[in-house]
Amino acid sequence: MRKQEFLCGVRDELPLLLGVFPFGMIYGVLAISAGLIPSAAQAMSSILFAGSAQFLTVQLAGAGTPWLVMVVTACIVNLRHALYSASVAPYLRPLSPVWKGVLAYVLTDEAYAVTITRYQRPGDKTFAHWYFLGAGLTLWTAWQISTALGIFLGAQVPTSWALDFSLALTFIALVVPALKDRPAALAAITAGVTALVAYPLPYKLGIILAALIGIAAGWVSEARWSKSG
Amino acid sequence: MVEIWLTILLAGILTFLTRLSFIFLIGRWQMPDWLGRALRFVPPAVLSAIIFPEVLFHNGELYLALGNLRLWAALLAAVVAWRTRSILLTILAGMAGLYLLTWLVK
Repeated sequence: MRKQEFLCGVRDELPLLLGVFPFGMIYGVLAISAGLIPSAAQAMSSILFAGSAQFLTVQLAGAGTPWLVMVVTACIVNLRHALYSASVAPYLRPLSPVWKGVLAYVLTDEAYAVTITRYQRPGDKTFAHWYFLGAGLTLWTAWQISTALGIFLGAQVPTSWALDFSLALTFIALVVPALKDRPAALAAITAGVTALVAYPLPYKLGIILAALIGIAAGWVSEARWSKSG
Repeated sequence: MVEIWLTILLAGILTFLTRLSFIFLIGRWQMPDWLGRALRFVPPAVLSAIIFPEVLFHNGELYLALGNLRLWAALLAAVVAWRTRSILLTILAGMAGLYLLTWLVK
């Protein structure tokens, strides 16, 4: 049962690697061109293990940003993982602290997206944490290998391949299902437009500002609509 | 160089704690209602704040024109994401759309 769950997790994660692999390679390429040494570029993939935050961090590092600003940006961008944590927490409740720690470490957008559908499916969930582990480790492995490849290739990947566009596409695939109602859509549009207006702010602070304003817009509008509705 | 290692370590630890937060706290601490409702808007807000400039800015300038091929490819990807809910198909459609448009415009 354990092995079967684990392998199912691996299998269901595989299609997502098509987006993750180029993403990891571009990260590696970007990190080197931003002036990171290979060991730091690779360490970021294994310690931080969060694609979009890593992209932003190396862009900021290349621009000579103060390190505390980089830490704050990475943390704001990764704040969404708290939501994933809250969402899977009831299912992980019976597990040991070690299991909880390991699964928290591999809790990324792509592992969450696959795992939560497994948990929400009816049926026996006794060994579903093995499924989670399979999905998470598959993604982790792909991320480390693709980062290493990107570091190795350095600047040899032609920009005409437009591989950086796969970042936006992956996020589009993640954001569209999250637009379940009007407040969520309003949060997305407000954040997006604010990010455009605030783009000239230094150190990509526009992203942080836009995210906070978007969250506030969704929150306030939900309170209003539920009152009037 | 020391600063980048500091950034990696600190951001890594804080990210891990974010991911662990509710997995660890469940049963020990009840999340206030307002926080739960605010957290729901984190993914659409954060992801959009990254997507919009990625698609609409070109070389540091706002690029709102028919010639912005990434915008068309992104719209196509959004439709595919909405219809199929598949990450794989969304990326494939977006990249194929971008390549096709680039080829056509040439």
